[in-house]
Amino acid sequence: MRKASLLGGIAFAGIVAASAASAAELRFACYQDGTECDAWAEAIKDFEAENEGTTVVVDVVPYKSIVESLPLQLAGGEGPDLARVTDLGGLAQYMLDITPYVADANYLEENFGRTLAWTRVNGEDDKGIYAIMDQQTATGPFVNKTLFDQAEVEMPGEGATYEDWAAAARQVAEKTQVPYPMAMDRTGHRYAGPAISYGAKYFNEDGKPITVDDGFRAFSEQFVAWNEDGTMAKEVWAGAGGATYQDAAAEFTNGSLVMYISGSWQIGRFGRDIGDAFDWVAVPAPCGPGGCTGIPGGAAVAGFKHTSSPEEVGKLLDFMAREDVQARVLAKTKNIPAHQGLQQSGIEYENATEQEQAALKVFSSALADFSPVAFEFQGYKHNRAIMNATVTRITQAIVGESTLDEALERIDADVAEALEQAQ
Amino acid sequence: MLAPVTSAASWLYAAAFDLFERPMLMLQKMTGAQRIAWVFLLPNLLIFSLFTFLPIILNFFYATTGSDRILLQDRPFVGMANFASLLRCADYLNPNSCERDIFWRAVYNTGWFVVLQVGFMVAFSLLTALVLNRNIPFRGFFRSVFFYPVLLSPVVVALIWKWILQRYGVLNAALEGYGLPVVNWLVEGDWAFFWIVFVSIWAHMGFYTLILLAGLQAIPADVYEAAEMDGASKWRVFSRITMPLLMPTMVVVLVLSLIRAVQAFDEIFVLTGGGPGSATLLILQFIYETGFAFRPQLFGLAAAASLLMAAVLFALTLLQLRATRKSAEG
Amino acid sequence: MFSFLTRTRGRGRFDLTDWLTWIYLFAAIFLMFGPVAWVALSSFKTEAALQEYPPRLLPLAPVTTTVEGHEEPLQLYRVTGGEHEGRVLAQIRRIGLMAQMVDPENPDERLQVSINDRQPVREFALATENYSRLFQRFNFMLYFWNSVFITVVATIITVLFNSMAAFALSKYRFRGRTVVFILIIATLMIPPTINLIPIYMVVSQLGLVNSPWGVIWPAVATPTGVFLLRQYMLTIPDDLLDAARMDHASEWRVYWKIVLPLSAPALAVLVILSVMWRWNEFLWPLIVLNRQEEFTLQLALNSFQGELQTAWSSLLAMTMLTLLPITIVFAFLQKYVTQGIAQTGVK
Repeated sequence: MRKASLLGGIAFAGIVAASAASAAELRFACYQDGTECDAWAEAIKDFEAENEGTTVVVDVVPYKSIVESLPLQLAGGEGPDLARVTDLGGLAQYMLDITPYVADANYLEENFGRTLAWTRVNGEDDKGIYAIMDQQTATGPFVNKTLFDQAEVEMPGEGATYEDWAAAARQVAEKTQVPYPMAMDRTGHRYAGPAISYGAKYFNEDGKPITVDDGFRAFSEQFVAWNEDGTMAKEVWAGAGGATYQDAAAEFTNGSLVMYISGSWQIGRFGRDIGDAFDWVAVPAPCGPGGCTGIPGGAAVAGFKHTSSPEEVGKLLDFMAREDVQARVLAKTKNIPAHQGLQQSGIEYENATEQEQAALKVFSSALADFSPVAFEFQGYKHNRAIMNATVTRITQAIVGESTLDEALERIDADVAEALEQAQ
Repeated sequence: MLAPVTSAASWLYAAAFDLFERPMLMLQKMTGAQRIAWVFLLPNLLIFSLFTFLPIILNFFYATTGSDRILLQDRPFVGMANFASLLRCADYLNPNSCERDIFWRAVYNTGWFVVLQVGFMVAFSLLTALVLNRNIPFRGFFRSVFFYPVLLSPVVVALIWKWILQRYGVLNAALEGYGLPVVNWLVEGDWAFFWIVFVSIWAHMGFYTLILLAGLQAIPADVYEAAEMDGASKWRVFSRITMPLLMPTMVVVLVLSLIRAVQAFDEIFVLTGGGPGSATLLILQFIYETGFAFRPQLFGLAAAASLLMAAVLFALTLLQLRATRKSAEG
Repeated sequence: MFSFLTRTRGRGRFDLTDWLTWIYLFAAIFLMFGPVAWVALSSFKTEAALQEYPPRLLPLAPVTTTVEGHEEPLQLYRVTGGEHEGRVLAQIRRIGLMAQMVDPENPDERLQVSINDRQPVREFALATENYSRLFQRFNFMLYFWNSVFITVVATIITVLFNSMAAFALSKYRFRGRTVVFILIIATLMIPPTINLIPIYMVVSQLGLVNSPWGVIWPAVATPTGVFLLRQYMLTIPDDLLDAARMDHASEWRVYWKIVLPLSAPALAVLVILSVMWRWNEFLWPLIVLNRQEEFTLQLALNSFQGELQTAWSSLLAMTMLTLLPITIVFAFLQKYVTQGIAQTGVK
C-alpha cells in the first residue's frame, strides 16, 4: 500500500497533465460561508446530466486559499478552471470572457449588468462577460428589537441619522444593562457605508481615489469618539491588528449588543442561532449628510483563461446564470439575488422564518437605493488597498498609537503607494 | 502491542541497508574513502539548494524590483528603493516618524518579545526541571504533563487561548465569580503582549524542560554528596555546582529557544492578529501581510524586509556559535 | 499510599520544599491540561450555549416536552417571578416581552409570563452535531490518510537525508566542509514563511503543485536536523569508526551499522520534531494543495472557514479533531518521546 502510493506520488505530475488533457473534467474551487458550495454541487448535477461527458468537481476550499493561493496559481498559469471569488477587480486579468459560449449574451447583460461591470477593468470598450455573481450582499444594520421594547425606547424610523441611532442605542443599553450599544465588523468595506453617508466621495471626477476628504474625516472622528466613549464595542476594532477581519455576530446573538452594522449574509445565521431568544430586525441604513447607504458586495463564480476546456466553462457559467438555477440555489443559501429579474420577482426562501424573510426584504430593497459612490467603490479595481489602509490606520487611532490626523495622512499615503505599485 | 511494529521496523532497516549497499560501494570505489563525503552530503544539499537557497536568491530579485506582479520577468527594476523605504526614519526610536512605521513597530515588538520570551522560558524551564529532578513519584507522568502542549499545532494553541481570553471567556467569568475586576485581555495593549509571551512559553516550555532535566540528571551524584559532607548550603550547592555543570545544556536551550522565538508567528497571528493596533505585531506578520494578505501584494517590500531580517539573524547565529564554542571549551 | 506520595529526597520528612513542589506540580496539571479540557468540553456545546456568559462547565441543552394539542415539542421553562412563580411551564410562543405558556399537566389553559420571569430548564446533553456536521461533509479517513502519508514519508526522508549530511559533516575532513556547514547554519534561523513566494515558484516549475510531494520535498532538508545530528555525532569517538574500517567495512556500513544506531537518541528527537512540524503544518499545504482529494486533515478542517463568519462551535470541534490523533499517539509513546529528548541533552 505504502509502496503503491509512493510510486503514485512520483507519477503524479504526469497523471495530472494527462487528466487535464482529456478535457471533460472541470475543477471548481469553491469557498463558502454557509452552504453555497453544497447548493452548487447539487445544482451542478443537473448540468452534468444536460451535458454528457462533462464532469465538474467542486473543491470546497478555505477562503484563505482563495485569497492567498489562487492568485499565485493563476499568475503561474495554473489553478482550477473555475473559482468562487470576491476580489473581482483584482483577478479580472485572469478571467475568461465567456461571451462566445453563452446562449444569450443579452439576457446576461440585462440581468447581471450591474455586477458584470465590476470585472470589466479594461476600459470603456470592455463588454466581456467574466463572472456570474451568486451571492449579492448588502451591508446594513441589525437591531435587537426586544431590547428596545424592554427599555421602552422607540426605534428611530426611516431617515434617522447615525447620531439618532447612536443616542437611542446608548439609551437602550443603559436601561437594559447591556454592555454594547453598537458594533461594526472590522473591515474597511463596512466602514465605507457610513463614511459615504457622512459625505465621503472616495473618488474624484476622473475616478481616481481620494479617500480622505471632509466626509471621510467627519465619520472617522465620530467613529473614533464612539469607540472611546463606549458607544461602539471597542474590542471589535481594537481587538485585532493589521487587516484581520473580526465580526461581532457572537455579541449580537447572545443579546449583548443593541445595534450591529454588518450585512445580509448574517441573516441565515441569526435565524438559526438566535431562534426564538429575541426579536431582531434589519433596518435601512441610517442617514448622514451624504445619504443613507450601505455597500454592495458579494461573491461570483468566474472561469479562467488558462482552462483547457473554455467551452465547457462557458456553458457551466451560462447554466449558473439561468433564472431557475439562481432561484433554486439562492433559496437554499438565503442570499439576495444579483439577478435583476429575481430581484423584482423575489425568491421563495426555503424554511425561512418570518424574521429572516423580513430582513432579506429590507436588504434587497435597500440595495436598489444605494448611493452610486457605493457601487463605484465596490467596482473599483484596487478597493482592497483602500479597505486595508482604513482598517489598519483607524485602529491605530482608536488604540492611541497615532493621532487621528496622523492616521488619516497615513491612509492617503498607503493608498497612493499601493496604486503606484499596482500600475 | 509494539512488538510487531518493532520487528517490522528492524526488518525494514536491514532491507534498506542491503538496498543501498551495492550502489554505495561502487560509488566509494569511484570517489575514494574521503570524497565519498560528498555523496552523503548530496541529497540534502540538492534539496537544500532548490528549496532554501534558490528561494533566498530569488528573494534578492524580488527585493530589487517593484510593482505587484508575481512573475519576475514582469517586474521593473527599482534598485535599493525597497530597502531605503524600510530604513527611512527621522528618529529610529519613534516609529511614527518612519516611512514604514508598522515595520519599525514590528522590529521593536519582536525585540521585546524575543528577550522576554527567551528569558522567562529559560527561567521557568529550569525551575520545572529542578522540581522534576527531585525524588518524586509519578515523575514520568509529570514530565508528560509539561510536554503535552509542545505537540499542539500553533493554530490550535492560539484558538484554545483565544477561547479562554475573550471578553466573555472563562477567565473573566472566573475573575468575576471571585469578585475581581475583569479585563479585556486581548484589547489592552500591554495585557495582549503579556499573553503572547505567556502562551508561547506555555506551548514550548516542556521541550526545554526535558533537555534541562537530562542535563541535571547527568550531573554525578557524588559531586553533591561531597558538597553535603562539607555542609554547604542549598543555595551554594546550586550556584557553585549545579549551574556551572549545567552550563553546556543551558547554551543548547538558549540557542534553540532563540530560534523558536524569532520564528514565532502563527500562534500570535491567530491569537491577537497583531493587535490591538500593532501592539503584538511581529516582523514575520509584517512580511506576511505586505507580501501576501494585503492587496496589492507588495512582494518587493516583503522580500526586502525578509532579507534584512535574514541578515540580522545570520549575524546573531554567528555570535551564538562563537559563544557556544567558547563555553564548550571553557 | 501516603508514604509513597511523601517519598522525598533522602529522608522521609515532608518539609516546606516538598509542599512547594507538590503545589507547583498540581498547578501545572491544571494549567497545562485545563485549557485543553475546557476546549474539549466547550466543543460539545451548541452555538447558542457557547455564547452564554458566564459559561457553564458542562454542556447543557434545553429540555423539551410534547404537550397535547401541539405538534412540535415545546421548550420547558421554570418561572422565577410573578403570578406563576415556581411552576415549570412549556412555552408555546414568545410575543414581544410576553411569553405564552402552558402547563403540560393542564394543556388547555394558556398563561402569560413576562420573559424576564422565566429560566429555561436544562439538562446535560452533548451537542455531537458539532462533530457529525464535520464528518458528514467530508471523508475523514481520506484526509487522515493524506496527512499520515505526508508526515511519515517526509519524516523518513528528513531523518535519512539529514543524518547522511550530518555524518559527512562530522566524520570526514574534506575541502568545502566549513563552507557547507556555514551555509546550513546561516539558514538555521530563517523561517520558511519569509520565502513563501519564491519557494512556490520553484515548486510550480517542478510541477509539484497539487501533489503531496510539493509539501514533502521543500520540508525535508531541515537545517535544524542537520545541526542537531552533527552536534551529536561529533561526540561519537572516531576510534569506533576506524576499527570498523580496519575490518574492511564500507563507508555505507560504517554509517548505517555504527553511526546511526549510536545516534538513536538524537534521531528520535528529530523524528518527534519532524512529525510535529509536518502534522501541524498549515500555511504551506494551503498554498500548494488545492484539490480536495489531496487535502491534509488541517486543510480539510479549515475548508469550512468562510470569508465573513466565525462559528466557534465548528471551530472548537475542529480543534479537538486535529489535536486528538497526536494526543493518542503521545499517550501511548510518551515514555519513549520524553526519554528520547532527555537523552540527547546528555552530552
